[in-house]
Amino acid sequence: MSGSLALIEALKKQNVKIIFGIPGGAILPIYDALYDERDIRHILMRHEQCAAHAADGYARVKGEPGVCMATSGPGATNLVTGIATAYMDSSPLIAITGQVPTSFIGKDAFQEVDIIGITTPITKYNYQIRNVKDIPKIIQEAFYIASSGRPGPVLIDIPKDIQTSIDDMSFDSEIKIRGYKLNLDPHPLQIKKAVGFLINAERPIILAGGGIHWAKAYDELLMLAELLFAPVTTTFMGKGAIPENHPLCLGCIGMHGRIEANEAIMMADVVLSIGVRFSDRSTCKVDDFCTNAKIIHIDIDPSEIKKNVSIHLPIVADAKKALRLIIDELIHRGLKKEKSEWLKKIEMLKKDNADTEPEGELTGMNAVKLLRKVLPEDSIVTTEVGQNQMWASLYFKVLKPRTFISSGGLGTMGFGFPAALGAKVAKPNVPVVDIAGDGSFLMTEQDLATSIVEDIPVIVMILNNSSLGMVVQWQRLFYNRRYSNTILKSVPDFVKLAEAYGAKGSRVSSLNELEQALKEAIKSDVTYVIDVPVSSEEDVLPFVPPGKNLREIIFKR
Amino acid sequence: MNEYILVAIVENKPGVLYRISNMFRRRNFNIESIVVGASEIKDLARMTITVKGDESTIEQIVKQLKKLIDVIKVSKLDINKSIIRELALIKVHTSDSKAKSDVINYANIFRGRIVDVSEDSMTIEITGSSDKIDAFIELMRVYGIKELARTGAVAMSRNFKSFKIEE
Repeated sequence: MSGSLALIEALKKQNVKIIFGIPGGAILPIYDALYDERDIRHILMRHEQCAAHAADGYARVKGEPGVCMATSGPGATNLVTGIATAYMDSSPLIAITGQVPTSFIGKDAFQEVDIIGITTPITKYNYQIRNVKDIPKIIQEAFYIASSGRPGPVLIDIPKDIQTSIDDMSFDSEIKIRGYKLNLDPHPLQIKKAVGFLINAERPIILAGGGIHWAKAYDELLMLAELLFAPVTTTFMGKGAIPENHPLCLGCIGMHGRIEANEAIMMADVVLSIGVRFSDRSTCKVDDFCTNAKIIHIDIDPSEIKKNVSIHLPIVADAKKALRLIIDELIHRGLKKEKSEWLKKIEMLKKDNADTEPEGELTGMNAVKLLRKVLPEDSIVTTEVGQNQMWASLYFKVLKPRTFISSGGLGTMGFGFPAALGAKVAKPNVPVVDIAGDGSFLMTEQDLATSIVEDIPVIVMILNNSSLGMVVQWQRLFYNRRYSNTILKSVPDFVKLAEAYGAKGSRVSSLNELEQALKEAIKSDVTYVIDVPVSSEEDVLPFVPPGKNLREIIFKR
Repeated sequence: MNEYILVAIVENKPGVLYRISNMFRRRNFNIESIVVGASEIKDLARMTITVKGDESTIEQIVKQLKKLIDVIKVSKLDINKSIIRELALIKVHTSDSKAKSDVINYANIFRGRIVDVSEDSMTIEITGSSDKIDAFIELMRVYGIKELARTGAVAMSRNFKSFKIEE
C-alpha cells in the first residue's frame, strides 16, 4: 500500500468524513489518492487560511477533530494563522501538509519551508513522517493527542517521497505515548475541600470557560448551579456553556463583559472557575481580580493552575468528572441551599441591566439583538473579530451548546466566515450566520466561491461601518480621535460582491428591512450577504479600559 | 531570584531540544545552562537545566516542561541533597618553568588534571561545583587563559529513591 492510500485509510479509521484543503506540488500523490475516494468529501477552499478556519469551525461545532490539508511552503504557511487560532482556543484541528521529498529537505528546495519549526509553538504536537510504515500509527496518535485532555491542533508533515513509497501497513495498533498522561480524575480530598468552600460560601459564583464545551459538561454545570443557587458567569470562550436565558446566567465577564457579570464576580466570596485560563481580556486588571474571594480552579491542564492568577484550591481534572463528584458530595452532605440575600442581589443586578428591545435606529447592537429574535434557537452563529464580536458577546444570547463559534484567544479577523462554512458542513440542517464587520469579512471573502461551488449556504450579516470599528473606538477614546489608517470607506459594494460570486446580497436601511432580509436569508438555498450600514461613531459599551479592573466600567461616552 | 536545577528525562529523538528551548524562549523563561546526554535507558536522554527565577516561575517552568509530549519526567533537585558537577577545559599560557610548576600545583590543589602540554601552554581538565571552577579560572587568569571551554551543570540527587523511569 502507498503512503497516500495508507493516510486515507488511517483517516477513515478516525471517522474522517470531511477535509478542507487546497492541493499543490508536494501533496499531489495524496490528492491523486483522494480522487477515487468516496467516503471522504474534500472541500476545495480558495485560501489555505480558510481551510484551517473551516476545519476549526467544524471541530468546534462537532466537538471532534476537523481536518485541513495544504501543500508545502506557502500552502503550509497560509495555514499558520488558522493553526494559531485553534491553538489559542484549544480546538482539535488536524493539519496535514505536503513536504518536499526527504532528500531535498534542508536544501531550500522549491516550496520548501520548515513547517515543523514554524508550528512548534502553536501546535499541541507535530510530526514529520520519515518512514512510510509510521503513517497509520502517527495518524492514530495525532487524533488522540488533538482530541484528548486539553484539545489542540496537531500538524502532520509528509514528504512527497513518503506519500509514494509502498510498504506493508498495519492499522489499529495500541496507542502508547509515554510522555503524554491525562489528568482526568480529580483528587478526592480536593473535591471535599471544594465542597467545603461552596457550602460555607455566602456569595458563591461560577465562572465557566471553554473547558465546559470541550468536556461537554453542560448538564453538570447546570445541575450544580441550580443545586447551589449560584449565579453563573462565563468567559468569552465559555459563552453558551449555560443557556443565556437561564435565570442564574449573568453572561460574560471581561473587558466587554456584562455589567451584572463583572459586578457579581467582584462581589463573590467563592469563585468556582472551571476550564478557564484567566486571560487578560477576562480578568482585566489581574491584581484587582476577585481579591476578596477564595478561588477554586478546575482545569485539565496543570500548567493553567496559577499561571495568571493565584488561587486557593486547584483541582486538576476533567471538568465533567470533577463537577459530577462535587454534585455527588453536595448531595451526600444533604445540601439544601435556599434563595439567599446574595441571590436577591443578583436578581436586582440582572433586572437593572436587562437588555432593551431592539428598537429605533439601525445600530450594531440592535442588529445583533434582532438577529437573536429572528433566528431559531439551534442556529449557529460565528463572529469575526472587533466590534461585531463584542456586540455579539454582549447582546446575542446563546441558548444551545456549541452554537456560538468565535476566535477568542488569537482574535483572528477573517475567522468567522470560513468557520461558518465549516459549521454548516458539520450541521447542514441549521441556519449558520456569520456576524461580520466589513474589515474582517474582506480578509477571507474570497471563499464565497467555495460556499457557492461546494453548496454550503450561510448567512453573512456585515455590520458595515466602513472602518476598522474597534480600532476606531480605541482611537476615539485613547488617541484623541486621530483615526490613523482605520477608515476603509464604503468599498467594495458588498451586494455586488456577493452577486459576483453567485451569492445573494441585499442592503438594508432599517431594523424592519433587516428583519425581512434575515427571514429571506434563512430560507435561501445559496449564501446570503446582508450589508447593514451602521455608524462608525457607535462604541461597544460597556467597556473596561485597559489597565482598569472589572468594576471600572465605561458605560457612556 | 534563586538558582534551581531541573532534571528532565526526554525522548532521544530529533527536534526535542528545539521544542524545549523554544518553550523557554516563548514563555520568557531564562536558561542559565543546559546539558544533554544519555540516561540509563537507551532511547531516553537526560537534560540538566539550570534556571534562575522565583518559586512561582520555577513551578510554571516545571509544568510547562511536563506538558511537552516528548518530556517524560521532570524533577526539581534539592541543591543541598544533590551532586552537582561542571567540567571545564582551560588552556593556560605557561611560557616559563615557574608558570608551569605553579599551574601544576594549583591544578593539584583543585584536583584538576593536566591533559595536554605544549611548549608554552598547558591544558587542565577540572570538574566540580560552579564556585570551585570559578575560583580556579580566576587563578589561571594571572598566567593568561588562551582558551576556555566549560559545560553547564550535570546533577543527580543523593537520594536512593531517586529518579527512576518506569518503562
